[in-house]
Amino acid sequence: MGFTTVMDVESTDGELVALCRAGDERAWATLVERYSRYVYAIAVQGFRLPEPDAEDVFQDAFARAFERLDSLRDDDAFRPWLAQMTRRLCIDICRRRRDEGESPEVDVEDPSEELERLDEALAVRDALGRLSGDCREILDRFFTQDESYRTIGEALELPAGTIASRISRCLGRLREDLEGRKAVVLES
Amino acid sequence: MPITEYTEENVAELLRALPPAPTGWVTAAAELPRARAELDTIVALATADAEFRRALIEDLETALRAAGFTADRRRVVELRRRLEL
Repeated sequence: MGFTTVMDVESTDGELVALCRAGDERAWATLVERYSRYVYAIAVQGFRLPEPDAEDVFQDAFARAFERLDSLRDDDAFRPWLAQMTRRLCIDICRRRRDEGESPEVDVEDPSEELERLDEALAVRDALGRLSGDCREILDRFFTQDESYRTIGEALELPAGTIASRISRCLGRLREDLEGRKAVVLES
Repeated sequence: MPITEYTEENVAELLRALPPAPTGWVTAAAELPRARAELDTIVALATADAEFRRALIEDLETALRAAGFTADRRRVVELRRRLEL
């Protein structure tokens, strides 16, 4: 699920990167947890890599990030830096497969529109992390784990009939958070 | 195109856009610092102990397991690179 620790929700990327440099393994695990879905989505949805290639990209992206943390100029730029490394790894593997003749139809153009959508999805995911625990869980179970009302109801000990209204209410709160942040950005 | 208005529909769609990565992948990436430290230990052992180094050269996976280390594919590849095998 993620969203499990205080560090996860409250620490900025910059703070976590600084802790990683000081040898804090938990900070690294938090960064991995925070961006695992994003890196996975870039490989699988952005570049449509098959699972074995996506796994290589996923592990290599985090391994490179870990090894090269000292070269990151702005600690708060961890996300775009990681995304850039992931994109390069995806392009490399697509070219390799094409050159090997395994996937001659592979388009190695950077799918920037899809990647932009994933950035938006990550912003929504961040907003989800700011909701109450109940809302986070119910929205995550329904939208990202594709659980039915019945499964969610059983897991959370709620009548299945109330799940739809809870989802709607929590989605409303999520929208409010996102709209609020957008307004702050536009005003500043 | 960036979203200009957050409706319930596009928020729901964006939530669906980031499914979880396989748990094993996340665990392996999260354990990188420990795995790297263990690789450093193995390399140091191989440098200090000629017999262990010989065993690694002969059969890397078996020697690792015999010494109590795990021998997954990524670790083996990285170790081969570091030991120049």
